Amino acid sequence: MTDPTTTAAANQKLHFYQKGTFTVGNRLVPDTERSVQASIDRSNALTCGHRACQGCGEALGARYAMDAAMRATGGNLIAVNATGCLEVFTTPYPETSWQMPWLHSLFGNAAAVATGVAAAMRVKGRKEVRTIAQGGDGGTTDIGFGCLSGMFERNDDVLYICYDNEGYMNTGVQRSSATPPTARTATTPAMGPEPGNVFGTGKSVPKIAVAHGIPYVATATVADLHDLERKVMKAIGIHGARYIQIHVPCPLGWGSASHDTIRLARLAVECGIFPIFEAEHGIVTNSRKIRRPVPVAEYLKPQRRFAHLFKDGGDSQRLGHLQAMADRNIAEYKMLEPEEEVG
Amino acid sequence: MLKQTEGSHATAEAIALCRPEVICAYPITPQTHIVEGLGEMVRLGELKNCEFINVESEFAALSVAIGASAAGARAYTATASQGLLFMAEAVYNASGLGLPIVMTLGNRAIGAPINIWNDHSDAMSMRDAGWLQLFAESNQDSIDLHIQAFRLAEELSMPVMVCVDGFILTHAVERVDIPDQADVDAFLPPYEPVQVLDPADPISIGAMVGPDAFTEVRFLQHYKQTLALQLIPELAAEFSARFGRDTGGLLRTYCADDAEMLVVAMGSINGTIKDTIDEMRADGFSIGLVNIVSFRPFPTEVLRRLLAGRKHVVVVEKSFAVGMGGQLANNVDLALRNTPAAPQVYSVIAGLGGRSITRTSLHRVFRRAVAQPWEGAHFLDLNEDIIGKELHHVRKVRRSGPTAENLLRRLDQAAQHAAAE
Repeated sequence: MTDPTTTAAANQKLHFYQKGTFTVGNRLVPDTERSVQASIDRSNALTCGHRACQGCGEALGARYAMDAAMRATGGNLIAVNATGCLEVFTTPYPETSWQMPWLHSLFGNAAAVATGVAAAMRVKGRKEVRTIAQGGDGGTTDIGFGCLSGMFERNDDVLYICYDNEGYMNTGVQRSSATPPTARTATTPAMGPEPGNVFGTGKSVPKIAVAHGIPYVATATVADLHDLERKVMKAIGIHGARYIQIHVPCPLGWGSASHDTIRLARLAVECGIFPIFEAEHGIVTNSRKIRRPVPVAEYLKPQRRFAHLFKDGGDSQRLGHLQAMADRNIAEYKMLEPEEEVG
Repeated sequence: MLKQTEGSHATAEAIALCRPEVICAYPITPQTHIVEGLGEMVRLGELKNCEFINVESEFAALSVAIGASAAGARAYTATASQGLLFMAEAVYNASGLGLPIVMTLGNRAIGAPINIWNDHSDAMSMRDAGWLQLFAESNQDSIDLHIQAFRLAEELSMPVMVCVDGFILTHAVERVDIPDQADVDAFLPPYEPVQVLDPADPISIGAMVGPDAFTEVRFLQHYKQTLALQLIPELAAEFSARFGRDTGGLLRTYCADDAEMLVVAMGSINGTIKDTIDEMRADGFSIGLVNIVSFRPFPTEVLRRLLAGRKHVVVVEKSFAVGMGGQLANNVDLALRNTPAAPQVYSVIAGLGGRSITRTSLHRVFRRAVAQPWEGAHFLDLNEDIIGKELHHVRKVRRSGPTAENLLRRLDQAAQHAAAE
């Protein structure tokens, strides 16, 4: 019987595919390459007992990201949190799930508060302490955008992580500038001739971050733990402004089954709707490839927020527009090109 | 050290003596020269161990200060007018979190109509935000109050706003005595936070608080302000012993002992009022002054003892709550609530949007309080002519146009008419 670890080490040039994804099972890689989450020593920076919904992608994403950052910094980490789901479900007074120094100030100022924390650490001579700001897409792409852009532009020594669940889920599922076209929210109801969120709106903050020319920008997904951890650990080691946007499905807001969170996150990548890429100093350096693109309908159908697209024979025109968006992403980020050989 | 300098620069020098560790600044809407002066000192290496951060808005300025303070640094920023409103959410947040940030407010009016000149509308807009608010009468006061403000803020772990009249003080060049660094160091020890973000001792700050404890958190905020009623006079006495200057503590008085009429005011206008009092006293008019230094906490008890038994109290203030009246007058009224034989309180609104408050007008209004008492707010030097014309116009014409522009046109017409005659 061959030791699977040895086998994996010997076959580093091979890619492991499970269920048609890029997910590499921990049992197939050597100890040093196993995920932080797989380690008994993980910090559990966001520990159990919080009040997130079952299947919450954000809770998962935050724990993955913070544990990776805690590992990379040896626990020398301070987090600033914008108001939002993550803040509310982790700190119902007098309880807290944060096993790390954590500050919540306001909805729209997390990036600026983190700038202040980083400045204080610098002036106190505590160079080893790193600062993370985090928030949902509302606190990042909408109300916190001014402070975020300011932090980017000054190249402040902050890693900002946006957990993108594509709407204001904490307050009853309203539209944000990260809500995709046609999605039903409380403020873009599935009514009228063009139900749901309209086409031609919204913004890509990862692209805007890239345009600031900051040292590091990445997107990630809870469906790819290894990639997410690698990006967080890479980003935390870089000085200057850094931005990571993590796609985190929200069973409540998306109207999806709790057990489908990872599946939907994976489908979002594989259909091209949520491109996974990295950029350094304004240049996109690599993107996640797709072996076999799936039709967007496969990603949309399990979500009740898109149910109106499939009623009465289906809204083929608007489904076509969504497919075109995905196809544009696939072309823009060269997602169908062969992967470069690693190792 | 005595020197002749601009108020903003004098204040900047005082801030530098307090060894701030993080200074954040947004340059306009509007700003004073204070942060520019500090920026130069940091760049030249005169102010060491200090991070100077140019931010994109006042909201970010105070937010950076919040982060720096929570991480254990002595944090400072300055603002005025619209800038204070733009940071309003963070103003409440800083006090709710109990962070000892010191902020200078170069008092100016709030629009619309847009106006860059001095009054106290900005300070009054945040009077209930949980910050301590100290008002400087002079540029020397600004220096001395800022040094005390850091000590006060850090002893209570509460933010302090030092209010310095825009232009009248911030842009005025006058003689000031800049303290020695050694004396300031002896008066103001390094910042020792009561709560701090530290990986060695991780805590959560800013948790969600429901009905079970929100009232208690607020009560303790209020309790700290009541402690400040004791602490402010103590610090003023200690400051006076070391630096030889009296900043008054909660309030100052002038010719108040035997006065039948007491004027109550805040900030730089007290200088003009004192000159007026000198002249009126020479005429045998029994008048004195109460200069409120600490507006928050409001010195209710001290003020009540001072005002009780007087015949007249005239409150002169550079702000008012539309639909209600002067905020300071309301607070003075409150101080006299349930006081037997409380004096009559007369409210004067003056100096809005930078209008000069002259001794002539003050003479007239103080005498009028005796001769022709009034109810509600009296607007000093109100141009009743253009108001009458505008009201007549508005009653006659539905699409009457923008008020401010209409009034400016009427002023212009009146000036042309006067020139033609």
